[in-house]
Amino acid sequence: MIVNGELIKYAIDLIAVLLLSLGIKGLSKVRTAREANRLASIAIGLSIIGVFTISFANKEISNSSLVWISIGAAIGGLFGIITAKKVPMTAMPETVALFNGCGGMSSLLVALGVTLFPIDNPNNNFTSEIVENLSIITSIFVGSVTFSGSIVAMAKLQGWLSTPKWTQSKFRHLINIFLAVISLIAAIEIARNGSNAIWLLVFGSTFLGVGVTLSIGGADMPVVISLLNSYSGVAAAAAGFVVGSQLLIVAGAMVGAAGLILTQVMCDGMNRSLISVLFGGTLGSTSTSSDSSGGEYSNITSCSVEECALTLEAAERVIIVPGYGLAVAQAQHTLREVTRAMEAGGIDVKYAIHPVAGRMPGHMNVLLAEADIPYEQLKEMDVINPDFPATDVVLVLGANDVVNPQAKTDTNSPLYGMPVLDVQEARTVFVIKRGMSAGYSGIKNDLFDLPNTSMVFGDAKKVLGDLLVELKELGIGSKN
Amino acid sequence: MSFLSEALWVLLLGSLLGLELIGKVPPTLHTPLMSGANAISGITIIAALTLVIKAGNQMPLQIIGSVALGFALFNVIGGFLVTDRMLAMFSRKSNRRGSKK
Repeated sequence: MIVNGELIKYAIDLIAVLLLSLGIKGLSKVRTAREANRLASIAIGLSIIGVFTISFANKEISNSSLVWISIGAAIGGLFGIITAKKVPMTAMPETVALFNGCGGMSSLLVALGVTLFPIDNPNNNFTSEIVENLSIITSIFVGSVTFSGSIVAMAKLQGWLSTPKWTQSKFRHLINIFLAVISLIAAIEIARNGSNAIWLLVFGSTFLGVGVTLSIGGADMPVVISLLNSYSGVAAAAAGFVVGSQLLIVAGAMVGAAGLILTQVMCDGMNRSLISVLFGGTLGSTSTSSDSSGGEYSNITSCSVEECALTLEAAERVIIVPGYGLAVAQAQHTLREVTRAMEAGGIDVKYAIHPVAGRMPGHMNVLLAEADIPYEQLKEMDVINPDFPATDVVLVLGANDVVNPQAKTDTNSPLYGMPVLDVQEARTVFVIKRGMSAGYSGIKNDLFDLPNTSMVFGDAKKVLGDLLVELKELGIGSKN
Repeated sequence: MSFLSEALWVLLLGSLLGLELIGKVPPTLHTPLMSGANAISGITIIAALTLVIKAGNQMPLQIIGSVALGFALFNVIGGFLVTDRMLAMFSRKSNRRGSKK
């Protein structure tokens, strides 16, 4: 019977690993992504069944354990479902951060539990003591960093936490190094003398996660979340060593490695190196020292929604550049109505999507898809850039750094080298923006000073709503 | 020691597989991929489950395991559902486009 249970579990685990790899693979292609996500969820379900199979076969599962499993599963599952259904699409980055933090917390708790209450089980000889200690240390360290880092990332994205001033000074490196040293000392102590220093390790690594994440600006946060996501894979693999599960090790290693690649891909898209994201602080703080980024605006043209509507009426080709401001104002649906009216009026409308538009790479595509905007109208940067010179009107909606011509012209600018949309090539540019505040980078945008640029100040949603009214009054799209 | 050597091989091969699986990802999919990978990392639910089961009748350990299980399941279920919600928007789009033509 024991042999049978183990065989079945091996078979289930193998299938689960296969499905997981197919899942990760498929998630990187648009056509297969949804199926792949289902495959991966089936794989997790299978692996849970596998654990139960072997436990029931060995008759090692007690009734009280079953009760505790049900309680934990019911609460966690319920909250998971509610969160996933309720959360708005604009809040996706912080949601992922929250989920990720909870995964890290889980690995941390498992390692803590095993250490604080050693299991006196005769079958429990799957690892030597050193390995067990090492994997517990890894699991606690990575788990804590993932948890606290993710929660800080979430709080910053939600606007609950701002970036404290002191985190931008060199001082923060001292604190972080100090915390890292504490963690290291605690780790060595645990490895040599057992679990006495365990709380020191928890303390050190938790605060290290906070310390490192706190200094990172909002623009770089997606990269951090992706990196922490990779860490939680490592934490899972370490937990696999702790409880002796090869499935956990392979899945954790896969997510860890894949997460690392994804982080690198994101960094490339933003023209940032991982090192500068982690240790460079926010972009704005580094740029205040260089003169090129400062300076006042000298030639701002502000205009009303009515003027904007009149110009649009005369236009034939319009390109929309959506950005973070659009996401914040949740104006994607209003935007869709405006573009519907324009299309009905015979205006050719396209959308220029910068790789890091929105709050996370690919986030803008999700938001616009939510508002029913046809996928084929969304153009990637390299595709649309040659089109700008032949474009009558560009509407920049809450985007800033991604349309800053400085990135191409000013070698001293911190943005220099970042790929940008060449909106200034168009005949007229309208920038819809709440105020003159700088973008994430904290850098002046030369675009706003150009003669063919006009600013329309206001909340994106409100301005678009007004624009829709004006367009209808002009008879554009009224047949619709 | 056999578990250890096997486990290290598994770790190595798993990491290499992970590096190979994701090559070129279109920017559109960065967010869903991250969210999906995050859900998969909730596989620590296996560790939490094992902990509760191995705990026998040790109540403190059962409670810790149960909380760990809750956190992990929150990650798994929430992660997959949210990823599906995002991806549903893309596929709905292509379906409608298909039916129009």
